[in-house]
Formats: sequence, C-alpha cells, structure tokens
Amino acid sequence: MSGVLSREWLLSETPASRAQAAWVRRYRGWLQLRANGLAMVGLVTVAIMILASLAAPLLAWQDPSAQDLAGRLAPPSLAHWFGTDELGRDIYARILYGGRVTLGMVVAVVLLVAPVGLAVGSIAGYLGGLADRALMRVTDVFLAFPRLVLALAFVAALKPGITSAVIAIALTAWPPYARLARADTLTVRSSDYIAAVRLTGAGSGRIILRHIMPLCLSSVIVRVTLDMSGIILTAAALGFLGMGAQPPMPEWGTMIASSRAFILDQWWVPTIPGVAIFVASLAFNLLGDGMRDVLDPRQR
Amino acid sequence: MLAGSFASIPLTLFGLILVTFLIGRVMPIDPVIAIAGDHAPPDVIAAVRDKLGLDKPLLVQFWIYLVNLVHGDLGRSVMTTHPVTADIVQFFPATLELATTAIIIAIVVGVPLGVFAAARQGSRFDHVVRVVSLAGQSVPVFVLGLLCLLVFYVKLGIAPGTGQLDVAYEGMVPRVTGMLVVDSLIAGDWDSFWDALAHLAQPALVLAYFSMAYITRMTRAFMIESLSGEYIITARAKGLSASRVLWRHAFGNIAVRLVTVLALAYAGLLEGAVITETVFSWPGLGLYLTVSLLNADMNAVLGATLVVGLIYLILNLLADVLYRLLDPRVA
Repeated sequence: MSGVLSREWLLSETPASRAQAAWVRRYRGWLQLRANGLAMVGLVTVAIMILASLAAPLLAWQDPSAQDLAGRLAPPSLAHWFGTDELGRDIYARILYGGRVTLGMVVAVVLLVAPVGLAVGSIAGYLGGLADRALMRVTDVFLAFPRLVLALAFVAALKPGITSAVIAIALTAWPPYARLARADTLTVRSSDYIAAVRLTGAGSGRIILRHIMPLCLSSVIVRVTLDMSGIILTAAALGFLGMGAQPPMPEWGTMIASSRAFILDQWWVPTIPGVAIFVASLAFNLLGDGMRDVLDPRQR
Repeated sequence: MLAGSFASIPLTLFGLILVTFLIGRVMPIDPVIAIAGDHAPPDVIAAVRDKLGLDKPLLVQFWIYLVNLVHGDLGRSVMTTHPVTADIVQFFPATLELATTAIIIAIVVGVPLGVFAAARQGSRFDHVVRVVSLAGQSVPVFVLGLLCLLVFYVKLGIAPGTGQLDVAYEGMVPRVTGMLVVDSLIAGDWDSFWDALAHLAQPALVLAYFSMAYITRMTRAFMIESLSGEYIITARAKGLSASRVLWRHAFGNIAVRLVTVLALAYAGLLEGAVITETVFSWPGLGLYLTVSLLNADMNAVLGATLVVGLIYLILNLLADVLYRLLDPRVA
C-alpha cells in the first residue's frame, strides 16, 4: 500500500475514501491540463505575473512615481530596462506596479461578481416560478447593454476612478454567471439526491448553499478564468478613455492614454504597457481555454 | 415560442430605460449648473430647475422622461447644442458603415478558418488558428489601432491617417445615407470613393480581427461536433468527396447555429467600435459617446447609451428569431 498523495494513490481506480476520490479526480484533471502545452504557457505566465506584482518593490529598484524631467522619454537602457516616460519615470517599475493595479482590479471584480451571479442563478433556478422570472428579467436587462458602454455610463455617473471602475465592471459582468448557475441548477434540481436531502427536512436555503452551489462551481471557475481577459481589457479600456484609474497611478491603460502623443517618436512608451495588457489577457485566455477542456468539455 | 421571445421585449426595454434614467439621476454633475453656468443668479437656477422638473418626485420625473422618449426627445447636448436625437442620426451611419464592413471581413476570413481548423483538428494549422484567434481575443483594440497607425500611416506611409475622409475631399459628396463610401458611389465621385475606402480600411480591419477571433472559435467548435456525427460517416461511406462532406454535410448542419453567432458578433462590434472610433477619430456613435463623456455631457451620454442598448437588444432578438425560423427542429 502506497502512501497518501503518492502517484499510485492519486491514480487509484478504487479510491478507499471520499477524500481520495476527490484527489484522484483533481490529479487526473491536472495531468490533462499539463498535457496541453498552450495552457501550461498560460499558467506559467499567470504565475509569473502574480509573483512579479507581489514582489514589485523588490524587483523594481526605482520608485514608480519618481520624476526626472531631464531624463524624460529615454530609450531602454541598463538603468531603465523599458526606458522612461513623459515625466522621466521608470517604465519598468511602472509596469510592475501597474500589474498590481490590474490584478487587484480583476480580483476585486471576481470577488464581487462570482458570488452574486452564483447566488442569483441558483436561487432563481431552484425556486423557479415568480422568483425565477423576476431575477432572470433583471439579468436580461443588464445583458442587454454592451459591457463597455454600460460601464462607461456607470463610471461617468459615479466618478472616474479605480473604485468606480471596479463597481462598473462588476455591475456589467455578473449576468452571464447568473445564467450559467441557473442552467446548472436546472439540471440538478429534480435529481434524486436533492430530493433525498429535501426528505431529510433541509430548507431551501441549506439545499441551495450546501448542495446546489458547489455543483455549479466548476463551470463558474472556467467562466471566471475566461472572463479574466475580458475584465483586464475592459479595465484597460476604461483607463485609456480616462474613466478608470487616474494619473499618476501606474495603470496600464492610463499609461497608454497619457503617452499616446509620443507614439510617433518614442513608440516604446505607449507600446510597452500595451504589450503588458496583451500578455496578461492572452495568458488568462490560454489557461482558461485549457481548463475548459478539463473541467467542462460540454461548454464552449 | 416565438411569441415568448417577443413578449419579453417590452419588459427588457423598460428596464433598459429605467437603468439609463437612474444613472442620469445619481450623477454628481448638477444638470442645472451645467445648463445655467457656475455663476448664475439664484432665480435663474430656480427657473432652470423648475423647467427640468427636478423638484418633482422621482416617479414623476421618470414619467416625463418616458413621455419625452416616446416623442423622440432625448434632451439637448450641451456640447453640440443640438438635440441628442439629431446628433445620433448624424453620427450613427458612420458606425454602421464601419461595423458592417468589419463583420463582412470577419465572416469571409473567420468562417473558412474555423471550418478548415476543425477539418484538421490537432494539426499544425489548427494550432496556428487557435493561437491567432486567442490573440485576437486578447489584444486591446486601442493598442492594435495605435500600432497600425504607427506602422502603416507614419512609418510606411501606405495608409491614410485618422478620420473618415481627407480634408481635401470634405463636403464634396452630398449626404444621402451618411455612409461616405456609399454616398460617393451614389454621387459617382470616384476620387472621394477611393479616399473614403482607404480611410475605412484600417479601423475596419482592426475591428474585424477582434470579431474574427470569436467567429473562428465558434465555427471550429460547431464543426468539430458536427464532424463527429454519424451522418458524416454515412456520407463518407457513400464515397462523397472530402470537400462535399465538409461543406455540404458538416457545414450545412451548423449554418443555422452560426447565423446566431454572427448576429451576436455583430452586436459585439458595437463595443469594439467605441474604442476603435476613438483611436481613429472615426465620426461615429462611439466617438460621440466618448467625447461627450469627457465633456460630462450627460444627456448625450445617456442618449447614446440607450440607443446602443436598443440596437444590441434588437440584434440579440434577431439572432433568436433567425434561429427559430431557420432551424426546423425548434418549433
């Protein structure tokens, strides 16, 4: 008998416990993901990005907001790996700190959106009837706007800034999660084990929270990963249009907007943050694409 | 079933109007001061406030908003001083021209790519298509636009700059549809036509790439499913040629679902258009929206938002209706 978490234990055809069965499933998923080269590229890039933004103060030897007007718009060099921007600030440091802003916004949006969408969808799906119709009608109204346009209107109504941008993106991002969770709930609500739980006297709240929501989780996770790139792009677009993070905050979209005028002669100044946005969003897309194959082959 | 999807329109539309109305009421900019000016005397401010109906209860205000809306009145833009409705009529054709050109390019390129990638699933070609389309979904439209301008306009000099037409040709073509490429054809003005077409090429291609990525991925996914059907094996067993099996039997079966995707992709272009128009100074609804935003011109912002929402709603509905009409299995 081999030890817990060894390779044989993880690939066992006859799991001895519930925990082992869960681990076997996870390990198989991981092996499948690992076989997908593009997904691994995405995973590694995402990991590097997260580590780099966490360690930004260690990796950047310059203050991202220290200005040096004499050395402005300098080309990449040993002292400034990515050159300097229109106020002589080190672009390398600003990209690293900008990663914190972007990833922070993404995490905030996901933390707001996923639970709300999950709750709305599973409640609507499980209760059905009037509650279902009312909740789904609200969802449809928010789905009826193109995401960026609604977000722009919201930010304009609130006040341009990073908090408004997060709220605006969250307000426009939750409906697909609700739809997804509802669809998943509908497929399980009339199954025998839900009926069994109901027979033991569990209330609707308990059934939804403990038995339905966990089942919707895997499709929500896939959706979150694929949604990351959309959130990054929307946040950057808001910044570019002057409605997201405000200067001097080192946000990638804002950086492009403020250095846009220099694209003719110092093309690297707006291009480098553009590449950062592209790499970040591509990494999440590659990872999400691979995870969808593993977790949810039906979904597209 | 068809009646069901139509029945939901008034409710969704009502929600759409309610949301834009509420956004307009929570905004921090005082509409009275925006109209009367910062230093207006108190009696003027009171008069404007009264005229706008801002001292009335919120429900009454919403009613007034609805009544005005039915009469096609979205208020007046502070920036252009024209009624917002007139502005939208003025700017919309340019967006229509851009989005339609982009979707045609995206379909012509994206659908065959998806079909061939599916036919050779797992091949090198399939991987290249996957990476190209994932990149298209990941690239920020404004960066791509700026880089295109840098390379093709500034460095190589083979493409015109921003805008819809060169200054030299401006005002030469009488406005019929508002779409310059069409208008110059109607007028028979070939110089203007080629110039308008050259200006259209860059923003349309940038937008098309964004949309093509989505169309290719959906086409590929549908085709893979369709190619695994038993009717494909039957068709092959009958000895039909590979291309006939691929296009006639496999593609024929996904065409209906693909129509839905294309309608949704067209709706998605509205979003891309907002940014593309800003980068290329394309005088469409998206540029109107962003310029109004920067000038805190709330009537214009909300009017444009509502119109874009309405078009989005119609396109989504169209996708639904087409699906139901074309697919004999959905009765």
